[in-house]
Amino acid sequence: MNRPELLQQHVGHLKSRMGKFFPGEQRTVFRGHDLHTDLKDMDWIELYVFGITGRRFSPAQLRLLHAIWVYTSYPDVRLWNNRVAALAGSSRSTGNLGIAAALAVSEASIYGRGIDVRVFGFLTSTQQKMEAGGQLAKCILDELKSQRSLAGYGRPLTSGDERLGPMMKLARELALDNGPHVRLAFAVEEFLLAGRWRLGMNYAGLAAALVADLGFSLQEYYRYLFPAFLAGMQPCLIEAAERPEGTLFPLSCADINYEGPHKRRWQAAIEMPPSIPMWNPHPATNLNLPNAVHHSEAEHGYHTQHPLSPVPGQTDQPGRAHP
Amino acid sequence: MTQAKNTEHIHTRIWLEEPEADNPFAAKAAYCHGYDVYGEMLGQTRWVEMLYLLVRGERPTTAQADLLEMLAVAIANPGPRDPAIHAAMCGAVGGSPAASCLMAALGVGAGHLSGSREVFLAMEAWSQCATDLGAWQRHLTTPPVASASIWPTPEHPSGFDPHGMSTASTVKQTLSCLAKISHGPLLPWLQKNLAALETCTGLPLAMSGVAAAVFTELSFTPAQGEMLYLLLRLPGAAAHALEQSQYGHKKFPFFDIELENDPAQEATS
Repeated sequence: MNRPELLQQHVGHLKSRMGKFFPGEQRTVFRGHDLHTDLKDMDWIELYVFGITGRRFSPAQLRLLHAIWVYTSYPDVRLWNNRVAALAGSSRSTGNLGIAAALAVSEASIYGRGIDVRVFGFLTSTQQKMEAGGQLAKCILDELKSQRSLAGYGRPLTSGDERLGPMMKLARELALDNGPHVRLAFAVEEFLLAGRWRLGMNYAGLAAALVADLGFSLQEYYRYLFPAFLAGMQPCLIEAAERPEGTLFPLSCADINYEGPHKRRWQAAIEMPPSIPMWNPHPATNLNLPNAVHHSEAEHGYHTQHPLSPVPGQTDQPGRAHP
Repeated sequence: MTQAKNTEHIHTRIWLEEPEADNPFAAKAAYCHGYDVYGEMLGQTRWVEMLYLLVRGERPTTAQADLLEMLAVAIANPGPRDPAIHAAMCGAVGGSPAASCLMAALGVGAGHLSGSREVFLAMEAWSQCATDLGAWQRHLTTPPVASASIWPTPEHPSGFDPHGMSTASTVKQTLSCLAKISHGPLLPWLQKNLAALETCTGLPLAMSGVAAAVFTELSFTPAQGEMLYLLLRLPGAAAHALEQSQYGHKKFPFFDIELENDPAQEATS
């Protein structure tokens, strides 16, 4: 089959095993079950993880999954994702736009989903290697070498993690605290604390281990965590929306530390000889840094005035911090 | 009114504002990388010059601005069949806010099938391979390594169309126009070696591949190119969303689903 035929085959309709709404029959099928009869008594998170995995979980497992969200729902407006929700409230945007943006921002690389998938991937792959006779130290050192950090260990703003104690307490009560990934996660912590890294496990590490022991795949875990921070966001947005508009962390002109080039004149369009290529293959000059800018301009000579020269008659003190 | 002392600051190399005498929260003047935006640039600066200045920190030459502007026109509207535009229209027909429609276009248009992730990865390839055909051939025939990431593993070589049979005329026209005004070296090289690259992948070049070459030639980093690609495709999303909000949902496709596990059918069979 050629490629347009593959698309042609899918034009206008779709085969699905996930579900369908039947308006005329007043029923909806959700993963092969009638939503309003078979699944009507499901708890929301039970339905949510059933939608993701197609599998059912025990009450204890669902309680654990629920608690993982609850224990990390922080209504602290300073946190970057929460601040997005609050800025939307302060700027008088809609609640949904603010929360949707905040959830999108939660897919970050130093916290949230980016870290979650990395630590889940590390723990599950390390567990497989250990079962095949691998050495824990080698797995950790390989990860540190390739990633330059170990997701799930250490924390950006502080050391220690107040969520670990309550989470493990609940896991013990539910008899879900001793699976192979949890044991592995603590063994990794022990290795890191004993060595020069001095990194303790954080909540992302423990949550990934607990859920890996429930049999989730990486993609299932990633999707399950989508609303993890949601409950903490709404209070941030609400309070910001209740304050006078624009009063969330206002910044005056003096609160901006300008560190760029001095004032310069915008003159007639710059022509460049065709013999000089546009592309600069040197990575350093591809960075948006003042030094790189100056180097590039000096090299090509297509600025009529050096950027560090003050404009006559204007101040040469554009900000508080010059390079 | 007493002025509160703020110990928190934002650091920037891009933007300097000078306050009005009567209000520290209102700007009397604003400078972008040192240029007086409202006192001097306004009225004599093109939109693409401002865009380039903001992202690169230096003003473009006329040739660079021309190249960026030509690309901006080429990718302004991928058309209503494009998934990102489709997403924006889904927002509009239901009466969602304008920002929802554009967020839908951004979310869908961020991926590896004709989206900004594809441009990012294609730009990384340009950075590694440049105009070395052998390096490109090695790159294009090396399958990506699956890793634990929020991004799905690419299913086709970045910058090429997995559903194409031959290079689309619109892509060829765009590349031809861009290569004509390019000072090189990437776009003329791409045009010259297009057949070899397509033979290597077995797939035709896509518009995302052209965009990646342009952004690289203009010395944008992959992260900068990714942002610009998202931004420059929004006009079409906006226009189609506005149009569909006028047509309404009754004229918008709802499609059909053939449910393979309908419990009602299974009960009767």
